[in-house]
Amino acid sequence: MSLHGRDLISIRDLSLEEIEEVLAASRKMIPYAEGSKVTHPLADKIVAMAFFEPSTRTRLSFEAAVQRLGGTCITIADASVTSMRKGESLHDSIRMLSSYADAIVIRHPNEGSARLAARASDRPVINAGDGAGQHPTQTLLDLATMHEAFETLRGLRVVLLGDLKYGRTVHSLAHALTLFGCELVLCAPPSLGLPDEYRSRLEHLGGKLTVEPDLGRAIRDADVLYVTRIQKERFGDEAEYRKVAGSYRVDATVLKEAKPRLAVMHPLPRAGEIAPEVDETPHALYFRQAFLAVPVRMALLDAIVGGAKKGG
Amino acid sequence: MAVRELKITPIKNGTVIDHIGNGLALEVLRIIGIQNLDRDSTVSVVLHVRSNKLGWKDIVKVENMELSPRKVNAIALVTPTATISIIRDFKVREKRPVDLPDRILGVLRCPNPNCISNQAEPIESEFEVTQRRPVVLTCAFCDRQVDDFRQHLA
Repeated sequence: MSLHGRDLISIRDLSLEEIEEVLAASRKMIPYAEGSKVTHPLADKIVAMAFFEPSTRTRLSFEAAVQRLGGTCITIADASVTSMRKGESLHDSIRMLSSYADAIVIRHPNEGSARLAARASDRPVINAGDGAGQHPTQTLLDLATMHEAFETLRGLRVVLLGDLKYGRTVHSLAHALTLFGCELVLCAPPSLGLPDEYRSRLEHLGGKLTVEPDLGRAIRDADVLYVTRIQKERFGDEAEYRKVAGSYRVDATVLKEAKPRLAVMHPLPRAGEIAPEVDETPHALYFRQAFLAVPVRMALLDAIVGGAKKGG
Repeated sequence: MAVRELKITPIKNGTVIDHIGNGLALEVLRIIGIQNLDRDSTVSVVLHVRSNKLGWKDIVKVENMELSPRKVNAIALVTPTATISIIRDFKVREKRPVDLPDRILGVLRCPNPNCISNQAEPIESEFEVTQRRPVVLTCAFCDRQVDDFRQHLA
């Protein structure tokens, strides 16, 4: 695959064809991710997990992916025990790490940090979330989940619900869905709408966008309902957070209006946006989505790290 | 009685920044950083002058100074109509409009306070010119777009 030795910082780093290649490779990785087949293309490789911000599923699924591929991880799981606490710059930390590992997976609270890391490193860097910025591997696993459910992404009608202002997952996802010609329905509290900057970028790409603040109406003809958590940590002002938290909730009553095949997705963790009663309905895809993180990240690591240095 | 007139005299060596947008000369002075100039140099500022091209314009003349490419880029962002003439020995040796390169280094601060370029890192700010008319810049690190440059000059 053409991703050999490349950085993955933003979903925009990938063409439509490359995204399709990743989705196809991810599908083939499923039995290996489940452990029913074994493959070790990363047998002699070390992948550094540089997590400067707390993360559970992203870090664990990356670590699981490396280990399923036969590779080894070295991990920074808590920035407070690193030299950054002594004032070391991110630039220097990454430069050091790149001399220990064959690739670096980074999560950091500042936007643009992954781009800086890619410059500091002579090994490929994979962005696992930079502040409110990009989270391309989440987007790829979201796409993989939809692709598995519908066999195609083209022309799907997708409702993006919740925090469309600060939620990094929706910004990357909206971009990718637009590439596939999906119709996007934006459903958010007034203070958490999609920023104009992102809207105009999507429109520039030919995006089909509708704003529908009423959840019942938004999901009526939808194929996918993508729910996001309102993230307390992204609010400077607690009063603003309290005003919008809990302003929408997906439950059995809401879903009565939906198509039988509506797929409900969520990047997790959820904080009350989806009622537990939805878990047992055929609509619930979020746990499958969480599992697909492993084969998608395996496919990416295999493509990026499997053998080549950056630019190789 | 003779009328005493104070003229802006020609400069021997230095830079003339002409066709500055009306009212923007003081911004240009701020970019040039006149506090750092040679004490014996004259700085002339002409405000609100008739211009065929612009209607009204400002002009700045600075003696004994040539602008760095970085300052020219900053001027281009604030007033893209400006022209720069380099004067040597009273003659215009070079005259050119300000021109924005595709990438602008170190001139602006990213408006996103959480951008890594605003933290204590050994890097310069960096923007790509993603649109030219009107100019829109995009931070090379965090992707934030900027179209109001005066507030964010470094």
